[in-house]
Amino acid sequence: MIQHWNLFLAFFRVGMLGYGGGPSSIPLVHKEVVEKYKWLSDDDFADILALGNSLPGPIATKMAGYIGYRVSGILGMLNAVLATIIPTIAIMIILITSLNSFREQPWVNGMTQAVVPVVGVMLATLTYDFLKKAKVNLGWLTTLLLGAGSLILIEWAGIHPGLIIFALLLVALIRPMGKKGKDTKVYVNKEQSS
Amino acid sequence: MIYWKIFIAFFIPGIVGYGGGPASIPLVENEVVERFSWMSVSEFSEMLAMANALPGPIATKMAGFIGYQQGGILGTFVGVFATVAPSLLLMIGLLSLLYKFKDSPRVKTMTALIRPSIAILLGIMAFQFFRNSYFSAGALQTILLIVVSFFLLERVKVHPAFVIIGSLMYGAIFLGS
Repeated sequence: MIQHWNLFLAFFRVGMLGYGGGPSSIPLVHKEVVEKYKWLSDDDFADILALGNSLPGPIATKMAGYIGYRVSGILGMLNAVLATIIPTIAIMIILITSLNSFREQPWVNGMTQAVVPVVGVMLATLTYDFLKKAKVNLGWLTTLLLGAGSLILIEWAGIHPGLIIFALLLVALIRPMGKKGKDTKVYVNKEQSS
Repeated sequence: MIYWKIFIAFFIPGIVGYGGGPASIPLVENEVVERFSWMSVSEFSEMLAMANALPGPIATKMAGFIGYQQGGILGTFVGVFATVAPSLLLMIGLLSLLYKFKDSPRVKTMTALIRPSIAILLGIMAFQFFRNSYFSAGALQTILLIVVSFFLLERVKVHPAFVIIGSLMYGAIFLGS
C-alpha cells in the first residue's frame, strides 16, 4: 500500500512538473525513481531510457508504465501511468472548455519561458552523469568515439536515434565473445570491483 | 462507431511516433484534421498551444482532450488507451526479456555500449531547451535562470519540484509581458 502511494506521488509529481512534453520529464523521473525512492539503479534507468527511446510512442508513459510494473506489477503499472497523465488531462479539459483566453495571458507565457532553461540544466546534468558512467565502463576513448559518432549521425546525418541504439545492441549481441571480448571482461571486472 | 475511430486516430500515432510525444504531434494532426475532420487546422493549433502551456506529457493530453470532445469521458479513456497501451506493452515485454538475462556478459556489453549515445541524446535535448530559451526569453534571462537553477539543484541540492515551481513564479512575474 505504501509502495502504491509512493508510486502515485512520484509520477504525479513528474506529470505535474514536466513542462514541455514527455522528454522534459526524463530528468524528473530519474530524480524520483533512482535518487529518491531507489527503485532502480542508474544502469537500469539507462537501459529503460535507451529502449524507451528506440520504441515508438510517448516516452513519459512508457517509462512510468514499465517502472510501475517493475515496482509492483500490473497494478503498479496502471497506478504510475494514471498518476502521470490523469491530472494534466483533467486540467486541460477543464481549462479549454471553460476559459479559452487563458493561454494568451502574458503571465502564462512567462511561466512557460522561465521553466525551459531549468529543464535544460537538468538534462545537461543528466548528460554529464551518463558520460561519466560510460567512461567508467568503456574508458574515455571508446566513450568519446561512440559519443561523437552518435552526435554526427543524429544531428548531421539525420539518422533516427532508435536505429543507432538498435545497431549498437546488435553489435553487442553478435560479436564474438571469446578471445575478442577483451573489453567486455574489463567491463565486468570493473563492475565487480566498484 | 465513434470509439473505434478514436482508437484508430490515436493508435496509429502511438505506434508510428518515434522519439516521444512531441514527435507524434504531426501524426495526430494528420488523423484528427485530415482523415476524420474533427477539427480545423486553426482549432488544432489552438489546442496545441494550450497543451504546451500545461504540464505533463503532450501526446496523452491531446488524446485525452480530443477523445473527450468526440466521445465524452469514455472517449478520453479510449484515446489515451490507444496512445499509451501498445508501446507500453512492447516495452514491458522487451525489458522483461532483457532483465531475465541481465547477468550475461552480452547484455552487460549492450548496456555499456548504448550509454554514450543516450548521453548524446540527452545533451542534444538540453541544447535545444537552451536554444529555445535564448530565442524566447533572451540571453540574459536564460543565463540567469541556468546559473541559479544549476546552483540550487546541484550545489544546494534543492528538490527539482521547488526549483521548477520557483521558476514558474519567476516567469509569471518577470517574464510575463
